Amino acid sequence: MEAASIPAGPPASQRVKQLIGTYGLTAVLLIMPVWFAIQDLTDEGNLVRLGENLVAGLSNGAIWALVAIGYTLVYGIVELINFAHGEIFMIGSFISASLIVTLGLTVDSAAVPVFFGLLAALLLAMIGSGTLNVLIERVAYRPLRSAPKLAPLITAVGMSFILQNVGLLWKGGNQQGVPDLLNAQNTLFTVFGVTIENADVLSVVVTIPLLIVMTSFINRSRLGKAMRATAQDPEAARLMGINVDTTISLTFLLGGMLAGAAGLIYAMYQTTIWFFQGFTGGLIAFTAAVMGGIGNLRGAVLGGLIIGFIQQMSDNRIGTEWTPAIVFGYLVLIMVFKPSGLLGEQTRDAG
Amino acid sequence: MSFLKVEDIHTYYGNIQALKGISLTVEQGECVTLIGSNGAGKSTTLRSISGLTPARTGTITLDGEEITHLPAQEITGKGIAQSPEGRKCFQRMTVRENLELGAYLRRDSSQIQTDLQRVFELFPRLDERQAQKAGTMSGGEQQMLAIGRALMADPKVLLLDEPSMGISPVLTERIYETIAEINQQGMTILLVEQNANFALDVSKRAYVLETGKVAMTDNSDTLRTNPDVQKAYLGT
Ligand SMILES: Nc1ncnc2c1ncn2[C@@H]1O[C@H](COP(=O)(O)OP(=O)(O)OP(=O)(O)O)[C@@H](O)[C@H]1O
Ligand SMILES: [Mg+2]
Repeated sequence: MEAASIPAGPPASQRVKQLIGTYGLTAVLLIMPVWFAIQDLTDEGNLVRLGENLVAGLSNGAIWALVAIGYTLVYGIVELINFAHGEIFMIGSFISASLIVTLGLTVDSAAVPVFFGLLAALLLAMIGSGTLNVLIERVAYRPLRSAPKLAPLITAVGMSFILQNVGLLWKGGNQQGVPDLLNAQNTLFTVFGVTIENADVLSVVVTIPLLIVMTSFINRSRLGKAMRATAQDPEAARLMGINVDTTISLTFLLGGMLAGAAGLIYAMYQTTIWFFQGFTGGLIAFTAAVMGGIGNLRGAVLGGLIIGFIQQMSDNRIGTEWTPAIVFGYLVLIMVFKPSGLLGEQTRDAG
Repeated sequence: MSFLKVEDIHTYYGNIQALKGISLTVEQGECVTLIGSNGAGKSTTLRSISGLTPARTGTITLDGEEITHLPAQEITGKGIAQSPEGRKCFQRMTVRENLELGAYLRRDSSQIQTDLQRVFELFPRLDERQAQKAGTMSGGEQQMLAIGRALMADPKVLLLDEPSMGISPVLTERIYETIAEINQQGMTILLVEQNANFALDVSKRAYVLETGKVAMTDNSDTLRTNPDVQKAYLGT
Protein backbone atom coordinates (compact mmCIF):
# COMPACT_ATOMS: atom_id res chain seq x y z
CA MET A 1 0.00 0.00 0.00
CA GLU A 2 2.11 2.84 -1.30
CA ALA A 3 0.49 6.19 -0.78
CA ALA A 4 3.16 8.21 -2.58
CA SER A 5 3.04 7.28 -6.27
CA ILE A 6 5.96 7.43 -8.66
CA PRO A 7 5.59 10.52 -10.83
CA ALA A 8 5.04 9.87 -14.54
CA GLY A 9 8.04 10.67 -16.74
CA PRO A 10 8.10 14.16 -18.23
CA PRO A 11 7.29 14.56 -21.93
CA ALA A 12 10.12 14.08 -24.44
CA SER A 13 10.69 17.77 -25.15
CA GLN A 14 10.99 18.41 -21.44
CA ARG A 15 13.46 15.56 -21.11
CA VAL A 16 15.64 16.87 -23.93
CA LYS A 17 15.68 20.22 -22.23
CA GLN A 18 16.64 18.56 -18.95
CA LEU A 19 19.47 16.66 -20.66
CA ILE A 20 20.74 19.87 -22.21
CA GLY A 21 20.29 21.41 -18.81
CA THR A 22 22.61 18.96 -17.07
CA TYR A 23 25.10 17.84 -19.72
CA GLY A 24 24.86 20.84 -22.01
CA LEU A 25 25.59 23.21 -19.17
CA THR A 26 28.57 21.21 -18.03
CA ALA A 27 29.82 21.28 -21.60
CA VAL A 28 29.29 25.03 -21.88
CA LEU A 29 31.12 25.57 -18.61
CA LEU A 30 34.00 23.46 -19.86
CA ILE A 31 34.35 25.22 -23.23
CA MET A 32 36.73 27.90 -21.99
CA PRO A 33 39.13 25.71 -19.99
CA VAL A 34 39.23 23.01 -22.67
CA TRP A 35 39.78 25.53 -25.45
CA PHE A 36 42.56 27.23 -23.54
CA ALA A 37 44.08 23.88 -22.60
CA ILE A 38 44.36 22.98 -26.28
CA GLN A 39 45.80 26.41 -27.03
CA ASP A 40 48.40 26.09 -24.27
CA LEU A 41 49.38 22.60 -25.34
CA THR A 42 49.91 23.61 -28.95
CA ASP A 43 51.66 26.90 -28.13
CA GLU A 44 53.74 25.97 -25.12
CA GLY A 45 53.52 22.24 -24.83
CA ASN A 46 52.30 22.46 -21.23
CA LEU A 47 49.34 23.60 -19.15
CA VAL A 48 51.12 26.03 -16.83
CA ARG A 49 49.26 29.11 -17.98
CA LEU A 50 45.85 27.46 -17.60
CA GLY A 51 46.90 26.12 -14.22
CA GLU A 52 47.79 29.62 -13.09
CA ASN A 53 44.44 30.92 -14.31
CA LEU A 54 42.69 28.23 -12.32
CA VAL A 55 44.67 28.89 -9.14
CA ALA A 56 43.94 32.61 -9.34
CA GLY A 57 40.33 31.78 -10.18
CA LEU A 58 40.06 29.60 -7.13
CA SER A 59 41.43 32.18 -4.72
CA ASN A 60 39.33 35.00 -6.18
CA GLY A 61 36.29 32.78 -6.45
CA ALA A 62 36.65 31.93 -2.77
CA ILE A 63 36.11 35.61 -1.95
CA TRP A 64 32.96 35.75 -4.09
CA ALA A 65 31.77 32.50 -2.55
CA LEU A 66 32.05 33.90 0.97
CA VAL A 67 30.11 37.01 0.00
CA ALA A 68 27.57 35.04 -2.05
CA ILE A 69 26.68 32.91 0.97
CA GLY A 70 25.43 36.02 2.73
CA TYR A 71 23.05 36.82 -0.12
CA THR A 72 21.81 33.28 -0.29
CA LEU A 73 21.31 32.77 3.46
CA VAL A 74 19.38 35.99 3.83
CA TYR A 75 17.31 35.36 0.73
CA GLY A 76 16.53 31.86 1.98
CA ILE A 77 15.18 33.09 5.28
CA VAL A 78 13.47 36.43 4.56
CA GLU A 79 13.21 36.35 0.74
CA LEU A 80 14.97 39.66 0.50
CA ILE A 81 17.93 40.61 -1.64
CA ASN A 82 20.09 42.42 0.88
CA PHE A 83 21.53 45.02 -1.46
CA ALA A 84 23.63 46.41 1.37
CA HIS A 85 25.53 43.13 1.61
CA GLY A 86 28.25 44.26 -0.82
CA GLU A 87 28.87 47.24 1.44
CA ILE A 88 29.12 44.92 4.45
CA PHE A 89 31.96 43.27 2.55
CA MET A 90 33.54 46.66 1.84
CA ILE A 91 33.31 47.62 5.52
CA GLY A 92 35.04 44.32 6.34
CA SER A 93 37.96 45.38 4.15
CA PHE A 94 38.03 48.84 5.74
CA ILE A 95 38.01 47.45 9.28
CA SER A 96 40.85 45.04 8.47
CA ALA A 97 42.94 47.73 6.77
CA SER A 98 42.41 50.18 9.62
CA LEU A 99 43.36 47.65 12.26
CA ILE A 100 46.51 46.68 10.37
CA VAL A 101 47.54 50.31 10.13
CA THR A 102 46.66 50.95 13.77
CA LEU A 103 48.74 47.99 14.87
CA GLY A 104 51.63 49.53 12.94
CA LEU A 105 52.17 46.46 10.81
CA THR A 106 54.11 46.99 7.57
CA VAL A 107 55.69 44.98 4.80
CA ASP A 108 58.79 44.65 6.97
CA SER A 109 57.08 43.26 10.08
CA ALA A 110 58.17 39.86 11.26
CA ALA A 111 56.10 36.75 10.63
CA VAL A 112 54.74 36.32 14.15
CA PRO A 113 53.24 39.79 14.57
CA VAL A 114 51.89 39.58 11.01
CA PHE A 115 50.21 36.27 11.79
CA PHE A 116 48.55 37.54 14.96
CA GLY A 117 47.76 40.88 13.35
CA LEU A 118 45.95 39.16 10.49
CA LEU A 119 44.13 36.87 12.89
CA ALA A 120 42.97 39.88 14.89
CA ALA A 121 41.98 41.67 11.69
CA LEU A 122 40.02 38.61 10.58
CA LEU A 123 38.15 38.40 13.88
CA LEU A 124 37.47 42.11 14.07
CA ALA A 125 36.28 42.28 10.46
CA MET A 126 33.99 39.32 11.02
CA ILE A 127 32.57 40.73 14.24
CA GLY A 128 32.23 44.24 12.80
CA SER A 129 30.59 43.21 9.54
CA GLY A 130 28.39 40.65 11.27
CA THR A 131 27.16 43.15 13.86
CA LEU A 132 26.56 45.79 11.23
CA ASN A 133 24.49 43.37 9.18
CA VAL A 134 22.40 42.50 12.25
CA LEU A 135 21.83 46.21 12.94
CA ILE A 136 20.76 46.85 9.36
CA GLU A 137 18.19 44.08 9.60
CA ARG A 138 16.95 45.42 12.90
CA VAL A 139 16.62 49.00 11.69
CA ALA A 140 15.76 48.76 8.02
CA TYR A 141 14.16 45.38 7.34
CA ARG A 142 12.44 44.07 10.46
CA PRO A 143 9.96 46.96 10.78
CA LEU A 144 8.91 46.20 7.20
CA ARG A 145 8.54 42.48 7.56
CA SER A 146 4.81 42.45 6.94
CA ALA A 147 4.94 45.27 4.39
CA PRO A 148 4.83 44.58 0.64
CA LYS A 149 8.05 42.99 -0.65
CA LEU A 150 9.10 46.13 -2.53
CA ALA A 151 9.37 48.17 0.67
CA PRO A 152 12.32 46.34 2.26
CA LEU A 153 13.89 46.02 -1.18
CA ILE A 154 14.06 49.76 -1.53
CA THR A 155 15.31 50.26 2.03
CA ALA A 156 18.02 47.73 1.17
CA VAL A 157 19.08 49.89 -1.76
CA GLY A 158 18.98 52.86 0.58
CA MET A 159 21.18 51.13 3.17
CA SER A 160 23.62 50.28 0.42
CA PHE A 161 24.00 53.95 -0.53
CA ILE A 162 24.25 55.03 3.09
CA LEU A 163 27.08 52.58 3.74
CA GLN A 164 28.85 53.61 0.56
CA ASN A 165 28.81 57.14 1.87
CA VAL A 166 30.10 55.96 5.21
CA GLY A 167 32.98 54.34 3.30
CA LEU A 168 33.53 57.51 1.31
CA LEU A 169 33.72 59.62 4.48
CA TRP A 170 35.94 57.09 6.19
CA LYS A 171 38.61 56.52 3.54
CA GLY A 172 37.90 59.13 0.88
CA GLY A 173 37.06 58.68 -2.76
CA ASN A 174 40.35 57.25 -3.98
CA GLN A 175 41.74 53.76 -3.86
CA GLN A 176 43.65 53.31 -0.64
CA GLY A 177 46.73 51.18 -0.38
CA VAL A 178 46.90 48.48 2.30
CA PRO A 179 50.32 47.43 3.67
CA ASP A 180 51.26 44.36 1.68
CA LEU A 181 51.92 42.33 4.81
CA LEU A 182 51.94 39.00 3.10
CA ASN A 183 53.95 40.03 0.12
CA ALA A 184 50.88 38.87 -1.73
CA GLN A 185 52.41 38.39 -5.18
CA ASN A 186 55.38 36.48 -3.84
CA THR A 187 55.65 32.92 -5.15
CA LEU A 188 55.35 30.59 -2.21
CA PHE A 189 55.97 27.40 -4.18
CA THR A 190 55.32 25.91 -7.59
CA VAL A 191 53.41 22.77 -8.50
CA PHE A 192 54.10 21.38 -11.99
CA GLY A 193 55.41 24.80 -12.89
CA VAL A 194 52.27 26.56 -11.66
CA THR A 195 53.17 29.29 -9.20
CA ILE A 196 51.19 29.52 -6.00
CA GLU A 197 51.34 32.96 -4.45
CA ASN A 198 51.07 33.87 -0.78
CA ALA A 199 47.69 35.49 -1.35
CA ASP A 200 46.31 32.32 -2.93
CA VAL A 201 47.23 30.38 0.16
CA LEU A 202 45.67 32.97 2.47
CA SER A 203 42.44 32.86 0.51
CA VAL A 204 42.15 29.09 0.62
CA VAL A 205 43.35 28.73 4.20
CA VAL A 206 40.75 31.20 5.47
CA THR A 207 37.88 30.15 3.24
CA ILE A 208 37.86 26.38 3.54
CA PRO A 209 37.65 26.14 7.35
CA LEU A 210 34.97 28.84 7.38
CA LEU A 211 32.92 26.97 4.81
CA ILE A 212 33.25 23.72 6.72
CA VAL A 213 32.30 25.29 10.03
CA MET A 214 29.41 27.15 8.46
CA THR A 215 27.87 24.22 6.62
CA SER A 216 28.15 21.88 9.57
CA PHE A 217 26.67 24.54 11.83
CA ILE A 218 23.69 24.99 9.55
CA ASN A 219 23.18 21.30 8.90
CA ARG A 220 23.80 19.87 12.33
CA SER A 221 23.46 22.37 15.14
CA ARG A 222 20.19 23.10 16.86
CA LEU A 223 20.29 26.76 15.80
CA GLY A 224 21.14 25.73 12.25
CA LYS A 225 18.06 23.55 12.19
CA ALA A 226 16.06 26.50 13.47
CA MET A 227 17.45 28.56 10.57
CA ARG A 228 16.42 25.99 8.02
CA ALA A 229 12.98 25.55 9.58
CA THR A 230 12.39 29.30 9.61
CA ALA A 231 13.47 29.52 5.97
CA GLN A 232 10.94 26.88 5.00
CA ASP A 233 7.96 28.02 7.05
CA PRO A 234 8.34 30.81 9.61
CA GLU A 235 4.90 30.29 11.09
CA ALA A 236 5.40 26.57 11.62
CA ALA A 237 8.83 27.38 13.07
CA ARG A 238 7.18 29.55 15.72
CA LEU A 239 4.88 26.67 16.60
CA MET A 240 7.98 24.57 17.26
CA GLY A 241 9.10 27.16 19.81
CA ILE A 242 11.67 28.78 17.53
CA ASN A 243 12.20 32.49 18.05
CA VAL A 244 12.00 33.67 14.47
CA ASP A 245 13.39 37.16 15.17
CA THR A 246 16.49 35.76 16.86
CA THR A 247 16.93 33.24 14.09
CA ILE A 248 16.77 35.92 11.42
CA SER A 249 19.31 38.02 13.35
CA LEU A 250 21.57 34.98 13.55
CA THR A 251 21.33 34.55 9.79
CA PHE A 252 22.34 38.15 9.19
CA LEU A 253 25.16 37.72 11.69
CA LEU A 254 26.58 34.66 9.93
CA GLY A 255 26.23 36.20 6.46
CA GLY A 256 27.89 39.41 7.65
CA MET A 257 30.74 37.51 9.32
CA LEU A 258 31.56 35.67 6.10
CA ALA A 259 31.46 38.94 4.17
CA GLY A 260 33.83 40.44 6.76
CA ALA A 261 36.25 37.55 6.28
CA ALA A 262 36.02 38.05 2.52
CA GLY A 263 36.78 41.73 3.13
CA LEU A 264 40.04 40.87 4.87
CA ILE A 265 41.11 38.42 2.16
CA TYR A 266 40.28 40.97 -0.53
CA ALA A 267 42.29 43.69 1.19
CA MET A 268 45.32 41.42 1.52
CA TYR A 269 44.94 40.04 -1.98
CA GLN A 270 44.41 43.26 -3.89
CA THR A 271 46.35 45.44 -1.44
CA THR A 272 44.00 48.28 -2.34
CA ILE A 273 40.55 49.07 -1.04
CA TRP A 274 37.96 51.70 -1.88
CA PHE A 275 34.45 52.64 -1.01
CA PHE A 276 33.03 51.38 -4.31
CA GLN A 277 34.44 47.83 -4.07
CA GLY A 278 31.25 46.70 -2.33
CA PHE A 279 29.12 47.71 -5.27
CA THR A 280 31.09 45.79 -7.89
CA GLY A 281 32.04 42.95 -5.56
CA GLY A 282 28.50 42.68 -4.29
CA LEU A 283 27.13 42.50 -7.80
CA ILE A 284 29.53 39.70 -8.71
CA ALA A 285 28.74 37.76 -5.55
CA PHE A 286 25.02 38.25 -6.04
CA THR A 287 25.43 36.91 -9.58
CA ALA A 288 27.26 33.93 -8.10
CA ALA A 289 24.41 33.28 -5.69
CA VAL A 290 21.83 33.43 -8.48
CA MET A 291 23.95 31.27 -10.77
CA GLY A 292 24.28 28.60 -8.10
CA GLY A 293 20.62 28.80 -7.16
CA ILE A 294 19.65 31.49 -4.69
CA GLY A 295 18.81 30.06 -1.29
CA ASN A 296 21.25 27.18 -1.76
CA LEU A 297 24.45 27.28 0.23
CA ARG A 298 26.52 24.93 -1.91
CA GLY A 299 25.17 26.69 -4.98
CA ALA A 300 26.59 29.99 -3.74
CA VAL A 301 30.03 28.43 -3.33
CA LEU A 302 29.87 26.76 -6.72
CA GLY A 303 28.69 29.99 -8.38
CA GLY A 304 31.48 31.95 -6.71
CA LEU A 305 34.16 29.55 -7.89
CA ILE A 306 32.80 29.36 -11.43
CA ILE A 307 32.77 33.15 -11.69
CA GLY A 308 36.28 33.30 -10.26
CA PHE A 309 37.53 30.91 -12.94
CA ILE A 310 35.72 32.69 -15.77
CA GLN A 311 37.04 36.06 -14.64
CA GLN A 312 40.65 34.97 -14.45
CA MET A 313 40.62 33.18 -17.79
CA SER A 314 38.90 36.09 -19.46
CA ASP A 315 41.12 38.74 -17.83
CA ASN A 316 44.24 36.88 -18.79
CA ARG A 317 43.35 35.77 -22.31
CA ILE A 318 40.51 37.79 -23.73
CA GLY A 319 40.84 41.16 -22.05
CA THR A 320 39.52 42.67 -18.86
CA GLU A 321 37.09 44.86 -20.80
CA TRP A 322 35.25 41.71 -21.90
CA THR A 323 35.11 40.01 -18.53
CA PRO A 324 31.79 41.39 -17.24
CA ALA A 325 30.10 40.60 -20.54
CA ILE A 326 31.42 37.04 -20.46
CA VAL A 327 30.42 36.49 -16.82
CA PHE A 328 26.90 37.71 -17.45
CA GLY A 329 26.74 35.80 -20.73
CA TYR A 330 27.33 32.65 -18.73
CA LEU A 331 24.74 33.71 -16.20
CA VAL A 332 22.12 34.18 -18.91
CA LEU A 333 22.94 30.80 -20.46
CA ILE A 334 22.64 29.04 -17.15
CA MET A 335 19.41 30.82 -16.29
CA VAL A 336 17.83 29.91 -19.63
CA PHE A 337 18.44 26.21 -19.10
CA LYS A 338 18.14 26.15 -15.33
CA PRO A 339 15.95 29.03 -14.25
CA SER A 340 16.42 28.15 -10.58
CA GLY A 341 20.21 28.10 -10.89
CA LEU A 342 22.74 25.26 -10.95
CA LEU A 343 21.77 23.71 -7.61
CA GLY A 344 18.57 25.67 -7.13
CA GLU A 345 15.89 24.32 -4.89
CA GLN A 346 12.36 25.50 -4.72
CA THR A 347 12.06 28.40 -2.37
CA ARG A 348 8.92 29.35 -0.48
CA ASP A 349 7.98 31.72 -3.30
CA ALA A 350 8.28 29.14 -6.01
CA GLY A 351 7.06 26.14 -4.05
CA MET B 1 -10.49 26.61 37.51
CA SER B 2 -10.37 25.11 34.11
CA PHE B 3 -7.10 23.89 32.65
CA LEU B 4 -7.39 25.88 29.42
CA LYS B 5 -9.70 28.84 29.70
CA VAL B 6 -10.60 31.23 26.88
CA GLU B 7 -12.61 34.24 27.99
CA ASP B 8 -14.37 36.60 25.64
CA ILE B 9 -11.61 36.90 23.04
CA HIS B 10 -11.86 39.25 20.10
CA THR B 11 -9.37 38.60 17.32
CA TYR B 12 -8.71 40.58 14.15
CA TYR B 13 -6.82 40.14 10.89
CA GLY B 14 -5.93 43.76 10.23
CA ASN B 15 -9.30 45.47 10.32
CA ILE B 16 -11.30 42.32 9.76
CA GLN B 17 -12.79 40.99 12.97
CA ALA B 18 -12.74 37.20 12.97
CA LEU B 19 -13.70 36.46 16.59
CA LYS B 20 -16.41 38.41 18.37
CA GLY B 21 -16.20 37.23 21.95
CA ILE B 22 -15.40 33.53 22.12
CA SER B 23 -15.33 31.84 25.53
CA LEU B 24 -14.59 28.20 26.10
CA THR B 25 -12.95 25.85 28.58
CA VAL B 26 -11.08 22.57 28.36
CA GLU B 27 -10.47 20.45 31.45
CA GLN B 28 -7.33 18.40 32.03
CA GLY B 29 -7.46 15.13 30.11
CA GLU B 30 -10.56 16.18 28.23
CA CYS B 31 -11.13 16.15 24.48
CA VAL B 32 -13.24 19.06 23.25
CA THR B 33 -14.38 19.77 19.69
CA LEU B 34 -15.09 23.04 17.90
CA ILE B 35 -17.40 22.64 14.94
CA GLY B 36 -18.66 25.28 12.56
CA SER B 37 -18.92 26.07 8.88
CA ASN B 38 -16.28 27.76 6.71
CA GLY B 39 -15.12 31.05 8.10
CA ALA B 40 -16.83 30.55 11.47
CA GLY B 41 -13.58 31.27 13.29
CA LYS B 42 -12.44 27.79 14.34
CA SER B 43 -8.89 28.13 13.07
CA THR B 44 -8.67 31.67 14.37
CA THR B 45 -9.62 30.42 17.84
CA LEU B 46 -6.74 27.94 17.75
CA ARG B 47 -4.40 30.59 16.32
CA SER B 48 -5.34 32.95 19.16
CA ILE B 49 -4.59 30.27 21.74
CA SER B 50 -1.24 29.34 20.18
CA GLY B 51 -0.28 32.99 19.71
CA LEU B 52 0.00 33.02 15.90
CA THR B 53 -2.82 35.59 15.73
CA PRO B 54 -3.04 36.99 19.27
CA ALA B 55 -6.41 38.09 20.58
CA ARG B 56 -6.84 41.86 20.76
CA THR B 57 -9.01 41.70 23.87
CA GLY B 58 -10.07 38.97 26.26
CA THR B 59 -7.87 36.53 28.17
CA ILE B 60 -6.53 33.05 27.69
CA THR B 61 -5.14 31.13 30.66
CA LEU B 62 -3.38 27.79 30.83
CA ASP B 63 -3.36 26.14 34.22
CA GLY B 64 -4.14 29.51 35.82
CA GLU B 65 -1.36 31.38 34.03
CA GLU B 66 -2.27 34.06 31.53
CA ILE B 67 -0.79 33.48 28.08
CA THR B 68 -2.94 35.82 25.96
CA HIS B 69 -0.20 38.09 24.71
CA LEU B 70 2.85 35.85 24.87
CA PRO B 71 4.65 35.31 21.54
CA ALA B 72 3.84 32.00 19.85
CA GLN B 73 7.22 30.41 20.59
CA GLU B 74 6.79 31.07 24.31
CA ILE B 75 3.29 29.64 24.32
CA THR B 76 4.76 26.47 22.85
CA GLY B 77 7.18 26.53 25.76
CA LYS B 78 4.25 26.75 28.19
CA GLY B 79 2.96 23.46 26.84
CA ILE B 80 0.56 24.15 23.97
CA ALA B 81 1.32 22.38 20.69
CA GLN B 82 -0.63 22.76 17.50
CA SER B 83 -1.09 20.73 14.38
CA PRO B 84 -2.04 23.67 12.18
CA GLU B 85 -4.51 24.07 9.36
CA GLY B 86 -2.82 22.92 6.17
CA ARG B 87 -0.33 20.79 8.17
CA LYS B 88 2.66 23.04 7.54
CA CYS B 89 5.27 20.31 7.62
CA PHE B 90 8.81 21.41 6.78
CA GLN B 91 8.74 20.28 3.18
CA ARG B 92 12.46 20.01 2.48
CA MET B 93 13.27 18.20 5.71
CA THR B 94 12.93 14.53 6.42
CA VAL B 95 10.18 13.02 8.52
CA ARG B 96 12.65 12.47 11.30
CA GLU B 97 13.95 16.04 11.21
CA ASN B 98 10.37 17.30 11.34
CA LEU B 99 9.70 15.21 14.42
CA GLU B 100 12.93 16.33 16.04
CA LEU B 101 11.94 19.95 15.46
CA GLY B 102 8.72 19.23 17.32
CA ALA B 103 10.92 18.65 20.37
CA TYR B 104 12.94 21.82 19.69
CA LEU B 105 12.47 23.30 23.16
CA ARG B 106 13.14 20.08 25.06
CA ARG B 107 16.49 19.09 26.51
CA ASP B 108 15.66 15.67 27.94
CA SER B 109 17.17 13.67 25.10
CA SER B 110 16.42 10.20 26.47
CA GLN B 111 12.77 11.11 27.02
CA ILE B 112 12.68 12.57 23.49
CA GLN B 113 13.81 9.21 22.13
CA THR B 114 11.06 7.46 24.08
CA ASP B 115 8.47 9.89 22.70
CA LEU B 116 9.81 9.39 19.20
CA GLN B 117 9.25 5.66 19.56
CA ARG B 118 5.76 6.35 20.89
CA VAL B 119 4.95 8.49 17.84
CA PHE B 120 6.24 5.71 15.59
CA GLU B 121 3.97 3.24 17.41
CA LEU B 122 0.98 5.53 16.93
CA PHE B 123 1.87 6.14 13.27
CA PRO B 124 3.86 3.17 11.91
CA ARG B 125 3.83 4.84 8.50
CA LEU B 126 6.08 7.58 9.85
CA ASP B 127 8.52 4.96 11.10
CA GLU B 128 8.77 3.48 7.59
CA ARG B 129 9.27 6.92 6.07
CA GLN B 130 11.77 8.39 8.53
CA ALA B 131 14.25 9.43 5.83
CA GLN B 132 11.68 10.68 3.32
CA LYS B 133 11.34 14.41 2.66
CA ALA B 134 8.05 15.63 4.11
CA GLY B 135 7.18 17.44 0.88
CA THR B 136 7.10 14.19 -1.05
CA MET B 137 4.62 12.50 1.29
CA SER B 138 0.90 12.17 0.66
CA GLY B 139 -1.59 14.48 2.34
CA GLY B 140 -2.59 11.85 4.87
CA GLU B 141 1.00 11.05 5.74
CA GLN B 142 1.74 14.73 6.20
CA GLN B 143 -1.26 14.98 8.50
CA MET B 144 0.14 12.17 10.62
CA LEU B 145 3.48 13.93 10.61
CA ALA B 146 1.92 17.21 11.75
CA ILE B 147 0.17 15.46 14.64
CA GLY B 148 3.28 13.45 15.51
CA ARG B 149 5.40 16.59 15.42
CA ALA B 150 3.01 18.33 17.83
CA LEU B 151 3.16 15.32 20.16
CA MET B 152 6.95 15.50 20.17
CA ALA B 153 6.67 18.75 22.12
CA ASP B 154 5.25 16.66 24.98
CA PRO B 155 2.50 19.27 25.35
CA LYS B 156 -0.01 19.80 28.10
CA VAL B 157 -2.65 20.68 25.52
CA LEU B 158 -2.79 19.50 21.93
CA LEU B 159 -4.58 21.68 19.36
CA LEU B 160 -5.63 19.86 16.19
CA ASP B 161 -6.99 21.84 13.23
CA GLU B 162 -9.05 19.70 10.85
CA PRO B 163 -7.06 16.47 10.95
CA SER B 164 -9.43 14.97 8.36
CA MET B 165 -8.98 17.67 5.74
CA GLY B 166 -8.27 16.22 2.31
CA ILE B 167 -8.02 12.66 3.60
CA SER B 168 -9.92 9.55 2.54
CA PRO B 169 -12.70 8.32 4.87
CA VAL B 170 -10.71 5.18 5.71
CA LEU B 171 -7.63 7.11 6.71
CA THR B 172 -9.77 9.64 8.61
CA GLU B 173 -11.14 6.80 10.68
CA ARG B 174 -7.62 5.57 11.42
CA ILE B 175 -6.46 9.05 12.40
CA TYR B 176 -9.44 9.44 14.71
CA GLU B 177 -8.73 6.09 16.33
CA THR B 178 -5.25 7.40 17.02
CA ILE B 179 -6.60 10.68 18.40
CA ALA B 180 -8.88 8.72 20.75
CA GLU B 181 -5.89 6.63 21.82
CA ILE B 182 -3.78 9.74 22.52
CA ASN B 183 -6.65 11.18 24.56
CA GLN B 184 -7.03 7.93 26.53
CA GLN B 185 -3.34 8.12 27.38
CA GLY B 186 -4.21 11.34 29.19
CA MET B 187 -3.61 14.10 26.64
CA THR B 188 -5.83 17.19 26.77
CA ILE B 189 -7.08 17.89 23.24
CA LEU B 190 -8.89 20.78 21.59
CA LEU B 191 -10.04 19.64 18.18
CA VAL B 192 -11.40 21.64 15.25
CA GLU B 193 -13.46 19.84 12.64
CA GLN B 194 -15.90 20.67 9.89
CA ASN B 195 -16.73 17.07 9.22
CA ALA B 196 -18.13 16.55 12.70
CA ASN B 197 -19.05 12.87 12.79
CA PHE B 198 -15.73 11.49 13.97
CA ALA B 199 -14.92 14.54 16.06
CA LEU B 200 -18.10 14.18 18.12
CA ASP B 201 -17.25 10.49 18.63
CA VAL B 202 -13.90 11.14 20.27
CA SER B 203 -14.82 14.28 22.23
CA LYS B 204 -16.84 14.56 25.39
CA ARG B 205 -18.06 18.10 24.79
CA ALA B 206 -18.30 20.39 21.79
CA TYR B 207 -18.82 24.03 20.87
CA VAL B 208 -20.60 25.16 17.73
CA LEU B 209 -19.14 28.38 16.29
CA GLU B 210 -20.97 30.70 13.94
CA THR B 211 -19.50 33.93 12.54
CA GLY B 212 -17.01 34.41 15.31
CA LYS B 213 -19.32 33.54 18.22
CA VAL B 214 -20.24 30.46 20.20
CA ALA B 215 -23.72 29.52 18.96
CA MET B 216 -24.17 26.44 21.10
CA THR B 217 -22.30 24.20 23.51
CA ASP B 218 -23.19 20.87 25.00
CA ASN B 219 -22.09 17.27 25.47
CA SER B 220 -21.13 15.71 22.18
CA ASP B 221 -23.82 13.05 22.49
CA THR B 222 -26.54 15.65 23.02
CA LEU B 223 -25.32 17.80 20.14
CA ARG B 224 -25.29 14.80 17.87
CA THR B 225 -29.05 14.38 18.36
CA ASN B 226 -29.78 18.11 17.90
CA PRO B 227 -31.67 18.53 14.60
CA ASP B 228 -29.96 21.82 13.69
CA VAL B 229 -26.52 20.33 14.23
CA GLN B 230 -27.46 17.24 12.29
CA LYS B 231 -28.64 19.32 9.38
CA ALA B 232 -25.71 21.73 9.31
CA TYR B 233 -22.71 19.61 10.29
CA LEU B 234 -23.52 15.92 10.19
CA GLY B 235 -25.00 15.74 6.73
CA THR B 236 -27.98 13.68 7.86
N1 LIG C 1 -5.14 35.79 7.12
C1 LIG C 1 -6.37 36.30 7.13
N2 LIG C 1 -6.57 37.56 6.72
C2 LIG C 1 -7.83 38.11 6.72
N3 LIG C 1 -8.91 37.46 7.13
C3 LIG C 1 -8.76 36.19 7.55
C4 LIG C 1 -7.49 35.55 7.56
N4 LIG C 1 -7.66 34.30 8.02
C5 LIG C 1 -8.97 34.17 8.28
N5 LIG C 1 -9.63 35.30 7.99
C6 LIG C 1 -11.07 35.53 8.17
O1 LIG C 1 -11.42 35.24 9.50
C7 LIG C 1 -12.65 34.54 9.56
C8 LIG C 1 -12.48 33.24 10.33
O2 LIG C 1 -11.59 32.40 9.61
P1 LIG C 1 -11.10 31.00 10.14
O3 LIG C 1 -9.95 30.59 9.31
O4 LIG C 1 -10.90 31.07 11.60
O5 LIG C 1 -12.36 30.09 9.82
P2 LIG C 1 -12.54 28.54 10.04
O6 LIG C 1 -13.70 28.37 10.94
O7 LIG C 1 -11.29 27.89 10.43
O8 LIG C 1 -12.96 28.09 8.57
P3 LIG C 1 -12.55 26.79 7.73
O9 LIG C 1 -13.42 25.69 8.18
O10 LIG C 1 -12.84 27.18 6.32
O11 LIG C 1 -11.11 26.52 7.97
C9 LIG C 1 -13.09 34.33 8.12
O12 LIG C 1 -14.08 35.30 7.81
C10 LIG C 1 -11.85 34.57 7.31
O13 LIG C 1 -12.16 35.13 6.07
MG1 LIG D 1 -9.98 26.63 9.51
